[in-house]
Amino acid sequence: MATKINVQAANKEAISRIQTAVPVLKGLGIAKDIVPGMKKNLILHAGPPITWDRMSGPMKGAVMGALIYEGFAKTPEEAEKVAASPEIEYAPWHEHNGVGPMAGVATASMPVWIVENKTHGNRAYCTLNEGLGKVLRYGAYSEEVIARLNWMRDVLGPVLRETLEIKGEINLKSMIAQALQMGDEVHNRNRAGTSLLFRELAPALLDTSASPSDKKRVLEFINGNDHFFLNLSMPAAKAILQSAEWIDGSTILTVMCRNGTDFGIRVAGLKDRWFTAPAQVVKGLLFPGFSESDCNPDIGDSAITETCGIGGFAMAAAPAIVKFVGGSASDALNYTQKMYEITEAESTTFQIPSLDFRGSPTGINLLKVCETGILPQINTGIAHKQPGIGQVGAGLVNPPMKCFEDALEAYVETYVP
Amino acid sequence: MSSLKTLFNEDVKVFNVGIPSFADDLKRQGVPVVHVEWRPPAGGNKRVIELLDRIKAWQAEYQTQAKS
Repeated sequence: MATKINVQAANKEAISRIQTAVPVLKGLGIAKDIVPGMKKNLILHAGPPITWDRMSGPMKGAVMGALIYEGFAKTPEEAEKVAASPEIEYAPWHEHNGVGPMAGVATASMPVWIVENKTHGNRAYCTLNEGLGKVLRYGAYSEEVIARLNWMRDVLGPVLRETLEIKGEINLKSMIAQALQMGDEVHNRNRAGTSLLFRELAPALLDTSASPSDKKRVLEFINGNDHFFLNLSMPAAKAILQSAEWIDGSTILTVMCRNGTDFGIRVAGLKDRWFTAPAQVVKGLLFPGFSESDCNPDIGDSAITETCGIGGFAMAAAPAIVKFVGGSASDALNYTQKMYEITEAESTTFQIPSLDFRGSPTGINLLKVCETGILPQINTGIAHKQPGIGQVGAGLVNPPMKCFEDALEAYVETYVP
Repeated sequence: MSSLKTLFNEDVKVFNVGIPSFADDLKRQGVPVVHVEWRPPAGGNKRVIELLDRIKAWQAEYQTQAKS
């Protein structure tokens, strides 16, 4: 029990660290060389901890694809057996200083972005975005998926690594701030962010030693994928929030994430603890030919953006996103306005033009969520519940209240005499 | 009495607090409604209220001690 704790002061410190964090893109490396604790038989995944037997379809599909990619198996059937064996270990990305969109599966030989918080020195990692359609992060593991991952390791990764060595670090905080002014919320709309990144990378990329055809293909790959920037907005948000871990007595959330089975949260003042409850069904717009019965529950670490006050919290900056996730432009405005009720501050950097450049709602306060009953607003992609199929739509979702109630219970148990 | 007369002789103006379906019903009948979103603290969950009260009392004690 710690009686001499001023909760308000602890939260002020957490907010100060969040506001002053400056995530920059430092470079790119191979997971086994740079991600803390990474090893050949370890599979990192999105969301809170989970075992193979409890994994959802898309998570299982992504694990099977990753095992084929790493050479542990030659066929999906073989991969399924290996995945269930004690040879393979699983851990959340969040316990290894990183994040992964949707299934979020990462293995030892994958290239990963290195994002550093210049103010506090912490680093966060994330794989490179594969694009839409049949991709590993949605649980697809067909030959085309593995071939793309091989190309990303052998060509895309090395070319981007050399590009960044020539270009030098890129300030992601100011890039996200600019993207918000250009109609992104940097979770499900990353068109502006990707365009800004392209402009930063292209000149240096042309100076690399890569062949003209590789340069062309890399530029086309980035240009052809509006979500390319997502895998940078996520580790940027992670690097910002890591700086608030762990502050005694603070009730500010540092993680919200999902593994397709459970939703999990972490709180700045409750070191290393997870609070989980069943992930919810996402309500939204489905691609033609799919119905709600095809949808997997909420999945992915991308809710780190909402935890950081962007994504669903900044939907007022991105009215066009409703064409992707459903609802109207006024709904987008309302979602953002409602989030001020459960946050501690307004971002000093991320501003919403349609709200007279008001700072985005920042620092989710566990106590405010419990008191008001208002749940954080998340927008997200929807994966098919069967492995190997991929994305079926996008929509809106909230975390289960039980995560917050359990965290509140643990907070009182830890601190209140 | 005069206000009652006014009430029945003028168009109804409604503020609805809490349950949105009451406002929706009136809207369907063409009655102008301003809906105010409200819910009881902690959604009425007694355990959550108790926990929040304990935190408030603990912090009030801290403030008192800090001043003395």
